[in-house]
Amino acid sequence: MLDVTGLTKKFDDLTVFERFDITVPRRGFTVIIGPSGCGKSTLFDVLTGVVPRDDGVISWQGKSFDHLGGQAAYMQQKDLLLPWLPLMDNALLPVKMGAAGMANSRGKAVALFKRLGLRGFESYLPGKVSGGMRQRCALVRTLMFERELVLLDEPLSALDAITRSRLQSLLLMLQSEFGKSILMITHDIEEAILLGDQLLVVSPLPMGVQEQYALNQPKPREIDDPTLLKIKAHVLSRLKENAIHE
Amino acid sequence: MNKSTLLAMLLIASVVAIWEALCRVWAIPVFILPPPTRVFATAIVRADLLLPHAGVTALEIVSGIMVSLGVAVPLSMWMFASPSVEKAMAPLLVTSQAVPVFAVAPLLVVWLGYGMASKVLMAAVIIFFPITITLLEGFKSCDAEYRVLFDLMGATFWKKMRFLYWPWALPHFFAGLKVGVSVATIGAVIGEWVGAQMGLGYLMIQANARLKVDLVFAAILWLAFMGLTMWGLVGLVERRTVQWK
Repeated sequence: MLDVTGLTKKFDDLTVFERFDITVPRRGFTVIIGPSGCGKSTLFDVLTGVVPRDDGVISWQGKSFDHLGGQAAYMQQKDLLLPWLPLMDNALLPVKMGAAGMANSRGKAVALFKRLGLRGFESYLPGKVSGGMRQRCALVRTLMFERELVLLDEPLSALDAITRSRLQSLLLMLQSEFGKSILMITHDIEEAILLGDQLLVVSPLPMGVQEQYALNQPKPREIDDPTLLKIKAHVLSRLKENAIHE
Repeated sequence: MNKSTLLAMLLIASVVAIWEALCRVWAIPVFILPPPTRVFATAIVRADLLLPHAGVTALEIVSGIMVSLGVAVPLSMWMFASPSVEKAMAPLLVTSQAVPVFAVAPLLVVWLGYGMASKVLMAAVIIFFPITITLLEGFKSCDAEYRVLFDLMGATFWKKMRFLYWPWALPHFFAGLKVGVSVATIGAVIGEWVGAQMGLGYLMIQANARLKVDLVFAAILWLAFMGLTMWGLVGLVERRTVQWK
């Protein structure tokens, strides 16, 4: 379980978040949704150690860490594939960097390429394939980390609706088949409702949890489920309120 | 042949044609300004004389490039790895560019003699700055998001260098190298002017003293040809190496 308590980050006079608490259950899918510029990405920067925290405790599986740099896999809006490496080499990068074991890693990557519809494109450079394929390759790379905790920073926001819908089911696979514990931030309410087990609506600066929803509906979900539509309406109205008060 | 190449050739042809016409119309003596036809003829007919000198100059330039790379590449990596080293080296690097090459050339000849070493060092000094700075800027231009990704993977500095920073900086490196090979001839030729026994710079000084201006121009033509060839070769290696661009 990921347990973050009392997390505080300030930049000079600007308080991004103060005494921020969040819990991601083991093998759970927690989604944070909030307006642009509310500090979601700074939260991930603190969690991954890009910027130091001012206060608070970050605990993963009962142990405290300064940050989760060595503990979590990370997938961002940008696929961050290296343009000079073929797709397969990009996927195997965590193995080459020592973030994953060497044993059978290529076999695992080959199987994932087949599973994610990338077979036959192993030797292609990222610039020669579509955005959806690049993001699927980034997903394979995330899986190759062999880390249970996965941080997803708007991983599908740069994609078109159809590709995004396809990749949402692949994100679900991270949880259902690979047993990952996932913390995702997104702007997309539908995406949050379709994927999350726990949905946290956060306020504008200083960021804090305004509302929390437990989503127990089985997955894959349909967005026209009446309960989900109700939650969507609530979240939307809350986000609109936040936008007005911004 | 693409449009830009055609335009470049047309421009060169126009300059040559105007030069030729002026020489003929005004009957300019060849010991002042020989017409391009005479220069081309001399460059070919006197190839037996020009080639050995061109060979020496080319060797000095290539050796200078190698020496420069041997120092610039590790220094760039060191400065990138350690900002304090960068801060300490910056004044020295800028000073090395602020001092005119002409001022250093006689000293290098005194210290290293009339042989090839002083010219190699002159070429190396002149190339060193653009390569060091462009490579360093190339390393520094790497997106922060990629650095975070590599940090999360627990990559060591050398693994980041090999898989991220070097490939990222390659286009910058080649841009610096192109500038370097273009100006390397200046270093070698100035060194030869100050004191040498062979080389196109030495030949130019000798020919100029005897008013063989067509031979001076022929030597310049060979220098230009050598510079263009090296520039083209670097471009070729760049295209082969930086295939993702």
